[in-house]
Amino acid sequence: MATITLSVNFSGGLETLFANRTAHTVSIPARVPVDAALWDTWPAAPESAGAPDADAVTMKPADMAYLLHHLRTRVLTARPELFLEHGTVRPGILALINDADWELEGEGAALLHDEDEVVFISTLHGG
Amino acid sequence: MPPKTCALCSSARAILKRPKTGQQICKDCFFYVFETEVHNTITEAQLFKPGDRVAIGASGGKDSTVLAHVMKTLNDRYNYGLELLLLSIDEGITGYRDDSLETVKRNQEQYDMSLKILSYDELYGWTMDAIVAQIGKKNNCTFCGVFRRQALDRGAAILNVDHIVTGHNADDIAETVLMNIMRGDIARLGRCTSICTQGEDTIKRSKPFKYAYEKEIVMYAYFKKLDYFSTECIYSPDAYRGHARAFLKDLEAARPSAIIDIIHSGEAFEIKEVVKATQKIQQTCKRCGYMSSNELCKACTLLEGLERGMANAGVTDRARKKMDAEGPAPENLRIIPFFQQPAAPHRTDISIADTST
Ligand SMILES: [Zn+2]
Ligand SMILES: [Zn+2]
Repeated sequence: MATITLSVNFSGGLETLFANRTAHTVSIPARVPVDAALWDTWPAAPESAGAPDADAVTMKPADMAYLLHHLRTRVLTARPELFLEHGTVRPGILALINDADWELEGEGAALLHDEDEVVFISTLHGG
Repeated sequence: MPPKTCALCSSARAILKRPKTGQQICKDCFFYVFETEVHNTITEAQLFKPGDRVAIGASGGKDSTVLAHVMKTLNDRYNYGLELLLLSIDEGITGYRDDSLETVKRNQEQYDMSLKILSYDELYGWTMDAIVAQIGKKNNCTFCGVFRRQALDRGAAILNVDHIVTGHNADDIAETVLMNIMRGDIARLGRCTSICTQGEDTIKRSKPFKYAYEKEIVMYAYFKKLDYFSTECIYSPDAYRGHARAFLKDLEAARPSAIIDIIHSGEAFEIKEVVKATQKIQQTCKRCGYMSSNELCKACTLLEGLERGMANAGVTDRARKKMDAEGPAPENLRIIPFFQQPAAPHRTDISIADTST
């Protein structure tokens, strides 16, 4: 299965939720199920019991919504409620894709490509 | 999706969606509009006069770091003629303030400004670490807030500055408006939105970022690669403010103009003369000379409580009465050095106005 590799950076205090590390390299599938309910078990080993049949699942290119899910379930080490709320980043957290505001690219719907750089900055800490 | 083009110059790639307007703009246009809007805030409110010595209250955090950078940029670009200095308060919080002060020291070199650090320890004889060790984490924000306010004024007096600018942004002010409404503090509500405050004999304080959104301040720091410190204070953050902040961010997500709307609401409240009259008349503290609405200023009351092992005396009226009942303050009580208001320097009546047109 094809994967894409992203560089993901956390700052403004968010790094404390991600093993106190600012820079992470993250690999995710290039294509993911459209149905977010399948993400918890995706990508599944083909022989694992109960895994969805890859051919029967409608797929889409990986996007920011999938990356957020991946970060929360596989990279985050503490207090998920300080990162995500209602399926998106908590208000007050900024995200950039290749140095552009993700609000320009459709936020969760923004598509990701190999070697993209994603940055998350919390604005909630200290003045 | 093809890259979006800047709505202002129609040529470069857009990198930011402005929270105020929804406009999509490129990096250079963003720097220009952000700086120009702060300049307009400064000139419209006539905050400074040529020759003013201005202290930037610097914590090492994002707001004051961006403020120092923008003040220096505008002072050079528009010939404000200001002498800019950095003033930092060291609350004595190990692992928090000591690290953020390192950031301020780097800023001092980067911006070529002189820096004064004034510590709670030298002023009050107590660090926040020592205060928390005695009183716990419950009311420590009260001590810190009162001590910081007075420390900034005293630092400004030592530096003989005319004016202190702080990094409070539009989000902070909207948050304070909400908090004052929810607490029913109508007297403070009337004051919290003013861009500049100056009492009878207090040092002028102002907020050049009054209309600057937090998102843009952080984006500015990010794109300019400014060096700032972002760790939450290790002693209980102000929970009430935290809720107000979360609520405000939710409102902003639903309606981006919410922040400016709330500031305007705060400004539009008319405070009745009756309410104004209940604000106590200012006098000077008989013990330390700092302005106060009682015989003893809040800092002296808090300090006496700490020294006598009755820390709540400065927090509640009941504990205060209890301490008074135990007799007068001992002779050898540690006190804050006497506050000497700097002599008013000569001022011209010309304000800095926009001369670029
Ligand atoms: Zn442009
Ligand atoms: Zn006093």
